Amino acid sequence: MKTKSLLAVVSAGALLVTLAGCSPDVSAGGGSTDSAGGDAGSCSNTIVNKDAPQVSVWAWYPNINTVVDMFNKSHDDVQVCWSNAGQGADEYAKFSTAIAAGTGAPDVVMLEAEVVPGFILQDALVDLSEHGADDVKANFSAGAWKDVSSGDSVYAIPVDGGPMAMIYRADIFTKYGIAVPTTWDEYAAAAQQLKDAGGPFMGDFGSNVPAWFTALMTQNGQTAWDYESADPQKIGIDLNDDGSKKVADYWQDLVKKGLVDTKDQFNTDYIGGLANGSYATYVSAAWAPGYLTGAGASTEGDGADWKAAPLPQWDPANPVSVNWGGSTFAVTTQAKDKDLAATVAKELYASDEELQDGVDTQTIFPLNQKMLASDAFADTPVKFFNGQTANKDVYIPAENAYEGYTYSPFTTYYYSELTKSMVSIIDGSKSGSESLDDLQKTMTDYAKAQGFTVK
Amino acid sequence: MTNPAAVLRAPSRRRNLRRPWIGWLFIAPFGVIFLVFLVAPLVYAFYLSLFSKGLATGTTFSGAGNYVKAFTDPEFLSGIWFVIRFAVILIPIQMAVSLAAALVLDALTTRLSRFARLAIFVPYAIPAVVGTLMWGFLYSPTFGPLTDLFKVVNQSAPEILSSGNIFGGLLNIVVWQWAGYYMIIIYAALRGIDPSIYEAARIDGAGPRQIAFRIKVPMISSAMALILVFALIGTLQFFTEPQVLRPISNGSITSSFTPNIYAFDLAFRFSQFNYASTISFSLGIVVFIAVYIFLFASRKRRGGLS
Repeated sequence: MKTKSLLAVVSAGALLVTLAGCSPDVSAGGGSTDSAGGDAGSCSNTIVNKDAPQVSVWAWYPNINTVVDMFNKSHDDVQVCWSNAGQGADEYAKFSTAIAAGTGAPDVVMLEAEVVPGFILQDALVDLSEHGADDVKANFSAGAWKDVSSGDSVYAIPVDGGPMAMIYRADIFTKYGIAVPTTWDEYAAAAQQLKDAGGPFMGDFGSNVPAWFTALMTQNGQTAWDYESADPQKIGIDLNDDGSKKVADYWQDLVKKGLVDTKDQFNTDYIGGLANGSYATYVSAAWAPGYLTGAGASTEGDGADWKAAPLPQWDPANPVSVNWGGSTFAVTTQAKDKDLAATVAKELYASDEELQDGVDTQTIFPLNQKMLASDAFADTPVKFFNGQTANKDVYIPAENAYEGYTYSPFTTYYYSELTKSMVSIIDGSKSGSESLDDLQKTMTDYAKAQGFTVK
Repeated sequence: MTNPAAVLRAPSRRRNLRRPWIGWLFIAPFGVIFLVFLVAPLVYAFYLSLFSKGLATGTTFSGAGNYVKAFTDPEFLSGIWFVIRFAVILIPIQMAVSLAAALVLDALTTRLSRFARLAIFVPYAIPAVVGTLMWGFLYSPTFGPLTDLFKVVNQSAPEILSSGNIFGGLLNIVVWQWAGYYMIIIYAALRGIDPSIYEAARIDGAGPRQIAFRIKVPMISSAMALILVFALIGTLQFFTEPQVLRPISNGSITSSFTPNIYAFDLAFRFSQFNYASTISFSLGIVVFIAVYIFLFASRKRRGGLS
């Protein structure tokens, strides 16, 4: 008996071994195996001028390949060696690891503005004001420049931005006789009107877009962080001011009344809903038309008539412009030649030709005033909006009115906690105000635990 | 009786004694890989776990401080509590399904049984990420079949990924994914039983049901114990499925949903490598304790059975 059962285990074990041979290695899944090294051997592009020194770049713009080729053809003094280390969080994970390891980071890295202070705190980024950043300061709006600055220091060069606006389905608005809302009160009234008439949701309050919610609270006067990279041990936190609470309670009210949906965004379900008319508006940023086109929610075929309108306001007498998303190029402290890397950060995705490709392929909403101020860009009829000159009408004024934001050095953690607050706002377990009070406490405790002095 | 093998073995042992390094040579290929890719990272991770570093402070030695923090960290404990609850519900279901399938397949001898065996096993051959994404679509209120099904009875389909239902949703995916694999292990163990035992049982008047539960199940108890341990460890280290479902979970899968997700997020999203190492090791401790308790408890029972 004993031998038999032993045999059974052994045969099972043998089977296991053979099975393990063909089983997918799930633990290793997820991470891409794109070579991420800063060495010249791992370029995903061809080097045009082989004699010139090379600068390694990590970036994930969909058209970056074209842009890098344009850059390399027009530069004799420096060549970009580009590789894609993943998009957003994937790239940051690799970058964090490279920082901790002290090696393996590229010379220039693409970052969203919101994560820049966190990497400054890890001594990962070079102060570009010492490497000629002021040469290009005039190319950007004050807000875009503030996003990447801390005091007199500049830690990244802006490329792409997300001034917020409201895009809406003109066909649905016409069908239900709704006027385009210009204030949030009108937005709520229109939502009620839609529901009463049996129409679709007015919009969506998804728990996975904390950056969106942060922007909307900022619009009503929230100044969440008082932080300067020059004095990195001190931080002021103010998340539960009256303006923010008003915004949180406002959205909770819309959710409770069933006027807006509560789906997570950036997934097929949500995009599908946008395409098939489940939502009358999408409170979004300037990259939305390009993103939605790329995701397949185009205007043709669906009979959808998308139009852009300015973001609704709390106080129409004092309109506030806010930003959601956007990206920059920063120089890492591991760069061999920091001046040369700074040159790349300043000049990559900055020539007319490169910017034009970004605009044509709807990859970026350029922050470079060379493009923003040009008539050609302003007057371009946007296909997604059935020919509406949305840049001139909505997005360019929004960007120029944007005043900038001070990010905390722990944005990812904050977003993770804010997501929990948003979940409690959605499920009603806490009121909007309460959830912000709790968030304030959580973040204060976290900052203290991480060794900050909370002002 | 004198054993000829013993006579033969004596000189060979002496030869081994003279050249002990030859054994090391044989295990060297494995040993090097084992040391470099398993022992060294573990030691390094343990070393990291003894230090603490705040975002705004330098690295300081904290000894067991991180471990005290981990085992009082409500986020970590809630993750542990989730995976334990998950294991307690999941494992019996999984065992019942795979055992039933294996017993039926073992009793059948038609061509259908081969096809059925393959069909039950196929989910395991599908990569976990792909399988989970597929279920994500099936659960989707927009694309999934549930919406249409519930429309028939004029009801709106439940949100399977909502915080109230996610437990069941994940349970279903994991059972689907792994039951076939465990079924194959049990089936292989069943095939290893000498058929003459069944014959003897039949002569003694045992029916098919009695053979199944009185003979087959006790005889494969070792294989069952083996897969129980696998299932226990796998469940406590739950990661892939919730991580894949996270973007569509409407916030019900948080950064501390399971201990492994918590460790991953701490390290790669919140830049806290030291504390992440501590969480990983703490999870390892919990897994070790759980497996030990299980083996201890089951050893007695198995001793009584065989």
